Amino acid sequence: MIHVNTNYCKGCLLCVEYCPKKVYVKSEKLSKKGVFPPEVKFPENCIKCHLCELMCPDFAIIVEDKDDK
Amino acid sequence: MGFISNDIIIEKYLRKDMLPTIFCTGCGIGSVMNYALRAIHDLNIDMNETVFVSGIGCSSRVPGYIYSDGLHSLHGRAIAYATGVKLANPKLKVIVFTGDGDCGAIGGNHFLHAIRRNVDITVISINNFIYGMTGGQVAPTTPLNSKTTTTPYGNIEYPIDLSMMAKVIGAPYVARWTTAHPVQCISSIKKALQKTGFSFVEVLAPCPTSYGRLNKMGNTLDMTKHFKESTINIKLYEKMLADGKTTDKMVIGELVDIEKEDFNTKYNKFCGELK
Amino acid sequence: MTNDVIRLLGRKDLFIQGDDAAVYGALIADCRFFAGYPITPATEVAEGMALWMPKLGGVYVQMEDEIASIAAVIGASCTGVKSMTATSGPGFSLMQECIGYACMAEIPCVIVNVQRGGPSTGQPTEAAQGDVMQAMWGTHGDHQIIALAPKSVQETLDLTIEAFNLSEDYRVPVILLLDAEIGHMREKVVLPEVVNVKVDERVPATIGPDKYRPYRTGFTRTSKVPEFAPFGSGYRTYVTGLTHDKRGFPVTTSADVHEELVRRLIEKVQDDMDVIWYHEDLFLDDAEIIVISYGTTSRPAVSAVKMARKSGIKVGHIRLITIWPFHYEKMKELLKNAHTIIVPEMNLGQMVHPIRETVGKDIKVISAPKIGGAIHTPYEILKCIEEE
Repeated sequence: MIHVNTNYCKGCLLCVEYCPKKVYVKSEKLSKKGVFPPEVKFPENCIKCHLCELMCPDFAIIVEDKDDK
Repeated sequence: MGFISNDIIIEKYLRKDMLPTIFCTGCGIGSVMNYALRAIHDLNIDMNETVFVSGIGCSSRVPGYIYSDGLHSLHGRAIAYATGVKLANPKLKVIVFTGDGDCGAIGGNHFLHAIRRNVDITVISINNFIYGMTGGQVAPTTPLNSKTTTTPYGNIEYPIDLSMMAKVIGAPYVARWTTAHPVQCISSIKKALQKTGFSFVEVLAPCPTSYGRLNKMGNTLDMTKHFKESTINIKLYEKMLADGKTTDKMVIGELVDIEKEDFNTKYNKFCGELK
Repeated sequence: MTNDVIRLLGRKDLFIQGDDAAVYGALIADCRFFAGYPITPATEVAEGMALWMPKLGGVYVQMEDEIASIAAVIGASCTGVKSMTATSGPGFSLMQECIGYACMAEIPCVIVNVQRGGPSTGQPTEAAQGDVMQAMWGTHGDHQIIALAPKSVQETLDLTIEAFNLSEDYRVPVILLLDAEIGHMREKVVLPEVVNVKVDERVPATIGPDKYRPYRTGFTRTSKVPEFAPFGSGYRTYVTGLTHDKRGFPVTTSADVHEELVRRLIEKVQDDMDVIWYHEDLFLDDAEIIVISYGTTSRPAVSAVKMARKSGIKVGHIRLITIWPFHYEKMKELLKNAHTIIVPEMNLGQMVHPIRETVGKDIKVISAPKIGGAIHTPYEILKCIEEE
């Protein structure tokens, strides 16, 4: 499970760029903060490398390690 | 090496009521904070005995978000405050977050002398090439010809290289990376934290709001790419030098890693002899 | 610890200069961190500390400048260690921003300022009292520090101990205003026995880390002073020079938070004025002329007053020991029967201003300044008295 905290997210989209499996896309909806946050479009592709969490400067992404089927 | 999930970092190391951070969209400071906390987590450092010290500037707001003792001091003085903390209570792990202006301009002298003294502190300098907090003025690290609000016709002053300064004065550990090198950053911060003596990690970070905008460098993605392209790893660089070639790219990597007795060890030695 | 100093010295009667007395006073008060930078005429304080600190398990460090010195002192004090620095005018000017920080963040520290002739580099080896206003108003913004001015070497020792006590009690920087004359003058000093010395410690947190708020008040003897949890004690406090709330976190745009904080920083000291304000008076009962002095200048002033009394002039003397905060009410009371006040100072008139403010236009206030390095002679002050 991937959580994007839209309260913390400022819409830099580093996650979209750096995800090796292209899990994220830029959302088309503005968040409450007035930015376009990432949308978890292809969660099934996630390999739990946590790179998006590392690259996110705002602690806005949490990738749970446990499988959530 | 596997990375842990951010929820551990947030739960264990951050003051949640202080989030979100005040940093601008795409600012690299949050990333460096994340790297440092991951290094601390990996080393299992006791946050009850860790003090984060900072001066003034964007990077200096970091300790406010970290759940530990924090000392948000005056502009440029972080390293001097940290020296007092460490010498008065050597049990504490003292980590300084500073910026390029804080560390290289107003605090430049404290930086030099803490290295000379070899105080056992870790200084993480987030270099964004500009004064961000005040809206984008020229910094001691601003590259030649770059535009800032106080160099509207381009910077005519030669920039300083903080890591090379640290190396020349004799810091036992010096490393430089960019925010686009998370793995290397974490690894270097870990080494820095384990080093007895003055350790210095410089991280080049994008400031899209001021530096990027004024110099038409695009957003944080473009700037991060630019960092990757405009830097060269020390190993490659040394090979180039050996081949008689040169480059004007900024050298990154682990620049110094030596052993050197620190202030506290020396001080305690002669105190013991006096008794 | 006092016994340690006496034991290490092998005696308690000393013939030392004022700078050394500040060292012994600090050591007796349990000061265990000193950071400084050499400057005439305060260098001997650093030299004494360099000699003693390693023997007593304390830390001495010579920093790269005075800014770094006071910064290190504040950092050290954050860990709960009593800390001090010593300097003179030029260095004192450099320290001002950090003194403001110590006021704002409420970090106890003691600053010994051995005054010399200014402005600027001025007269490095000559005495002056030119930093009186700077001690109070050198740093920017509204605030309240405490400043003490000893008149002798023995008193330098005693007041250094008191400076630490006040600093710990009120969590405020305390400035000990010596001058080159006392700093470099040798006199007999008797080290006090440990049982006779009152040494105060800042009030520790009385509540667990989960409920602790670094700037909550109402739980210490002086109710507007917050409790203190040192770094490394598990309380995880955040210390900032920005305007902060009771949790210690920055709140920089709220007028209410700022006013509450800044007023408290001042009131915590001023509310206890009767406890903090020390003075000595002489022949006040029937005095029509009152000489007010402090520090070195009190010595010729007292002589002059005694001489004038012998020739039948109804003159008295007040010596300010605590020079800041200034006790307006008490001074008004003490001065109410006088028709003339004479204020000899080794500056062109600084302490004379709050005194004029105290008495208004009802009483004549005469400034008797002297600058250049020499202290007033009793005859110079006597002449002022006789002219009235």
